[in-house]
Amino acid sequence: MTDLMTSFRRFDSSRHGTWVVAGVMVVLLFILPVLDDPLLLLQVRYYISMIILALSMAFIWGFGGIMCFGQSMFFGLGGYAYAIAVGNFGESTAPFFLAMIVPALFAAFLGYFMFFGRLNDVYVAVITLAVTLALYYFINSTSGDEYTIGKARLMGFNGISSIRKFNWPGDSTALLSANHLFYFAMGLLIATYVGLKLLLGSTFGRVVVAVKENELRAELLGYDVRLYKLAVFVIGAAIAGLAGCLSINYKNFISPNAFHLSLAAQIIMWVLVGGVGTLLGPIIGCVVLLYVSFILGTGASGGGLNTYLIFGLIVMIFVLVIPQGIVPTLRDWREQGGRYRRMTAGAVLSMAEQLPASSRAPVRAFGERMLGLAPPSGHSGNKG
Amino acid sequence: MAENDVILETRGLTMRFGGVVAVNNVDFSMKEGELRCLIGPNGAGKSTFFKCLTRQYKPSAGQVFFRGADITSDITFQIARRGIGIKTQVPSVFDGLSVHENIWLSARRHHKTRAANKITDQIIERVGLGHATKQLVGRLAHGERQWVELGIVLTGEPKLILLDEPTAGMTGDEVGRTTELIREINRQAALIVVEHDMQFIKAIAQKVTVFHHGQILVEDTMINILSNQQVRDVYLGKHAV
Repeated sequence: MTDLMTSFRRFDSSRHGTWVVAGVMVVLLFILPVLDDPLLLLQVRYYISMIILALSMAFIWGFGGIMCFGQSMFFGLGGYAYAIAVGNFGESTAPFFLAMIVPALFAAFLGYFMFFGRLNDVYVAVITLAVTLALYYFINSTSGDEYTIGKARLMGFNGISSIRKFNWPGDSTALLSANHLFYFAMGLLIATYVGLKLLLGSTFGRVVVAVKENELRAELLGYDVRLYKLAVFVIGAAIAGLAGCLSINYKNFISPNAFHLSLAAQIIMWVLVGGVGTLLGPIIGCVVLLYVSFILGTGASGGGLNTYLIFGLIVMIFVLVIPQGIVPTLRDWREQGGRYRRMTAGAVLSMAEQLPASSRAPVRAFGERMLGLAPPSGHSGNKG
Repeated sequence: MAENDVILETRGLTMRFGGVVAVNNVDFSMKEGELRCLIGPNGAGKSTFFKCLTRQYKPSAGQVFFRGADITSDITFQIARRGIGIKTQVPSVFDGLSVHENIWLSARRHHKTRAANKITDQIIERVGLGHATKQLVGRLAHGERQWVELGIVLTGEPKLILLDEPTAGMTGDEVGRTTELIREINRQAALIVVEHDMQFIKAIAQKVTVFHHGQILVEDTMINILSNQQVRDVYLGKHAV
């Protein structure tokens, strides 16, 4: 019975999963530069910035229960904060941090009214959507010369181009090489992923999940749920801002499209397809959907297919067929598989008891192997 | 102040929903360490009264005092921190989390992680859920979920505990255990219990308050209440009062 328990626990361990995912990222960190394919590295850096954006949404929606329909606003704010700051300072260290600080402050301001005003989920979704659209139209209309912050012009719908990339801290002339930019981005992805995992395992993270599970009970226990929701929202905004800043370092360019509805909707799709309530799911959802849109966009599919149409279909299929998303569904299958395997093994073991003593040992050994147990020494070993 | 040993007092507490007055000008008072039963027909305003005390509803009028302090303007989590715990009518638990996590979240509110772990194990033992520590609360039977909620409330070591129908959905044995547990809890905290099960009330009651139409109808010992004609009329639906 205890053996059954241990094998069950092995199937249930989500903690091992964390290290596997982080391990894969570390392996990629070392292997990809060795391949000596600059185009691949560039491509991967784009994916990394989007994955970090997906993680920010996975955190606030899947664990904090905050349905933010405008997560792209923090992505855009982070990007613009970096672009404007680096244009002024001519150095990237402070802008890098501002790319997280500015969205976080904006989230604190917006979140204060939403969460301390006790707005429910639907209103939070609508307000965040409205705010990101407001920012989109505002930035779009700033092409005039009068819209400058310090030395940097906002440029309106034209977008800001040839933005300086990262340099080594303190030395504005030493720009990071392509490889270093990759190391930096990948390192930040690993830090974000592991950091979120650690946060979720901490007391703070456990309370956050409790608030999502049952806000009333959390409050009746004496937790100030408004503060926890605000904190989650702000952390999510900072991470999205980081993604925005990394994305600029990939394409040297930012336009109001960063605030656009299509990006806001895509972020939600990544989480939905990958699985709400997991971190790995949205990573997978993000990579898969980006790749799909890449294929559709380059016309490798034969062309003529509308990306948004396909995305709409994908989301509909997921909502109808696998509403939980990829990762939770796979997890269920694995548990189910484990259950069937254990049931079959149990049948084999009880069958072994019925057999004549001479042929009992190998059948029993087979059953035990199915259960995933090492054959007990002195048992089948003696006879075989 | 002579009222030093009064743990809870309401003055003119009123809760209106549009034209409906669910709680009507209630002056309620109870002492430290008291075990008070609250009965009354459906719709008498008992649960609404509880919700006003814990600020799940903002009272339309009146004041609430807890240990001499005016808590009328406190919000829910502040009231909880003052030491009022509540078991709601429909169990309010973390359905998606394990039994252990449910209790732990309550323990961690007041203690450091290591102490919280220890207290969690003790409470789970005390409410008899040792066999289900790792199970999701949402998958437990209704009676067991009631136990989880009791455990959550107990863990907070409140000075005053409000129990809204604690034996709903429990078997006879479980009701017996709840009765024992409530007596045990009463040694450390004052309690207000809302219940429809008269056998259960008889078993635990000291003083009973009868609610009717949002007002206090009578307040007396259980024996007197049972023989009170007014109370009988109210329960049997005669047009009294």
